[in-house]
Amino acid sequence: MANKISPVPFNGTKEQEQKLLEVIAAHKDTQGALISVLQQAQDIYGYLPIEVQKIIAEKMGVPLEEVYGVVSFYAQFSLNPKGKYKISVCLGTACYVKGSGDVFDRLSRTLGISSGECTPDGRFSLEACRCVGACGLAPVMTVNDEVYGRLVPDDIDGILADYQNR
Amino acid sequence: MFRSQVLICGGTGCTSSGSDEISKVFEQEVAKADLQDEVKIVRTGCFGLCALGPIVIIYPEGSFYSRVQVSDVAEIVEEHLLKGRPVQRLLYDETVTDTGVISLNDTNFYKQQKRVALRNCGVINPENIEEYIAMDGYQALGKALTEMTPEQVIEEIKRSGLRGRGGAGFPTGRKWELAAMYHADQKYVACNADEGDPGAFMDRSVLEGDPHALLEAMAIAAYATGADHGFIYVRAEYPIAVKRLQIAIDQAREYGLLGENIFGTDFCFDLEIRLGAGAFVCGEETALMRSVEGKRGEPRPRPPFPAQKGIFDKPTLLNNVETYANVAQIILNGADWFASMGTERSKGTKVFALGGKINNTGLVEVPMGTTLRTIVEEIGGGIPGGKKFKAAQTGGPSGGCIPAQHFDVAIDYDNLIEIGSMMGSGGLIVMDEDTCMVDIAKFFLEFTVDESCGKCTPCRVGTKRLLEMLTKITKGQATMEDLDKIEELCYYIKDNALCGLGQTAPNPVLSTLRYFRDEYVAHIVDKKCPAGVCKALLTYTIDPEKCKGCTLCARNCPADAITGSVKQPHVIDPQKCLKCGACIEKCKFGAISIQ
Repeated sequence: MANKISPVPFNGTKEQEQKLLEVIAAHKDTQGALISVLQQAQDIYGYLPIEVQKIIAEKMGVPLEEVYGVVSFYAQFSLNPKGKYKISVCLGTACYVKGSGDVFDRLSRTLGISSGECTPDGRFSLEACRCVGACGLAPVMTVNDEVYGRLVPDDIDGILADYQNR
Repeated sequence: MFRSQVLICGGTGCTSSGSDEISKVFEQEVAKADLQDEVKIVRTGCFGLCALGPIVIIYPEGSFYSRVQVSDVAEIVEEHLLKGRPVQRLLYDETVTDTGVISLNDTNFYKQQKRVALRNCGVINPENIEEYIAMDGYQALGKALTEMTPEQVIEEIKRSGLRGRGGAGFPTGRKWELAAMYHADQKYVACNADEGDPGAFMDRSVLEGDPHALLEAMAIAAYATGADHGFIYVRAEYPIAVKRLQIAIDQAREYGLLGENIFGTDFCFDLEIRLGAGAFVCGEETALMRSVEGKRGEPRPRPPFPAQKGIFDKPTLLNNVETYANVAQIILNGADWFASMGTERSKGTKVFALGGKINNTGLVEVPMGTTLRTIVEEIGGGIPGGKKFKAAQTGGPSGGCIPAQHFDVAIDYDNLIEIGSMMGSGGLIVMDEDTCMVDIAKFFLEFTVDESCGKCTPCRVGTKRLLEMLTKITKGQATMEDLDKIEELCYYIKDNALCGLGQTAPNPVLSTLRYFRDEYVAHIVDKKCPAGVCKALLTYTIDPEKCKGCTLCARNCPADAITGSVKQPHVIDPQKCLKCGACIEKCKFGAISIQ
């Protein structure tokens, strides 16, 4: 499994913890709110290290193993920090038959990382996703919230260079 | 009154290609031309023809502008809106004829369609409840609450012949009847908007383009089944849909269409959104319900069915978005109207997400019974580059492929099952001669292996073994014996897996084996991939006539498989070659080819 416990030391701030406690307080009495709390916690911290899961488990009165069970079940949750620029290549069917596999391979080769990994400088992380729903633009990839469509492998160098310079 | 309306697509497809910015610039340019009191700019849901996005339509003419760029906006405002001359060069080609500009409704893409579920998508502003109400919105709810008993509502849905649009095609009226039968202190209605089938985006378009249609239908369903609370389980990957749904819920509450004593009756109903977190298995009903409860989305055996024990163990009615999108129209226009469309056992229309090797990628809604030929050739505009149609894949990872020999089969639930595929949620991916069917089967298996929740062994281990054998085939290492084993394992998984995900996971393999067995055999016996896709079966060679001996390829080969002296033709060692293609990219003389 790619989603192991992160080797990166946790360095959450007091402000982040304050925000998290507010989220938990707001959801405490809602039945079945664990996933919603985890989603918002990931928005606050960028990922869900064990330290954050512990806070959630304790404050919501849910066993830690259950929290970890949910976190490790869903693809949206990450135990590892993501890169500053999150690259996500659509490997949904429509993109795949139009060659998104080649786009992914090129990215992987150029960045020297595979799916779920982050470059050593923390700038780029790469993942494959299933359908962003922009099938009209296939093949598609996203860098954070920016969408790039109708891609060919040769477009990659230019796009990456653009982010290197930011 | 406005003399012109500019409709700008705000669906995910067009937003991805910059329609937000175009909309802003339109506002600015219209204000600059002092037309803001005459021209109204509306952000709508999806028009369907996503391949041509970003799309702008200007009424009353119905002028269809495609692939609009920010730099085109000033010209459209100046020429079209100010001087009344549509900018011909930006119009969709097909609407420009010798006799003038035709309406988009007369184009091949639209004229064969019949829009029921998508009736308001691309027509109204989804963030404004009054536009929905102006299109007879919430009238069906009023009719149901004030003129019909819950039994009459269920009877109407039953008579319409509506079947579940999520995949399996269970009769919707029957489902409602079952949910109404059980009594409990608390009952729920829920909507499955966890559209996980890669390449399918029908539900998203309804959520983004017409969210009130869903809310109205869920309220009707709640009335019919005796529920007072609803859940909409929607993918977190659909941010625009989630935002518009929340706006719609807030507006409906404000107008008293959700909440206490709706339409002055005793009926009370409210609902909330629950976000999925990226697990395909949560499209399965029992898994979805676990996920709504905030737990790991693992399925459980049925019975008990959700109608008896669903969310938080209470009786729950669960329908898919597109199913709900038909409900208000059935109540308003009657079961007979709905049943007049479609085939004998599949009534109404079906929305398909057309994708893959097809010109008009997008969303189409056609009466049940339309042939694949009509959808691909006429509505879809055929295959790009004059390539030959090979197969269409329906039903995603649970479905199968429809080969060219069944091009004229009328598409409905039963016919698709008969030819070894299934309706599924409506993804329809077109493949041409460059698609390898073994590779596609492997692609879907990779997906199911990834998404298998791991609870039952046939799915967790079985799909993994299946994938390993398929991988052997694509690498040219398999024997004919493996092919028999694959088939045996497929049937074993189908019969023994716990939930729909596992039971249908072998379908892509079985259907490609049924129609494209020769391709499997070519991989195994001849060690060839006829479509030229499977890398391990390709050989890279350097043409000594064209090679100038520049050494560029040798220097870029990661495996040191290329040898040769300067200014002498180089040679690739097939034993060392990884088939990565790096040499082809670098060669300036086109000397390297793949066979």
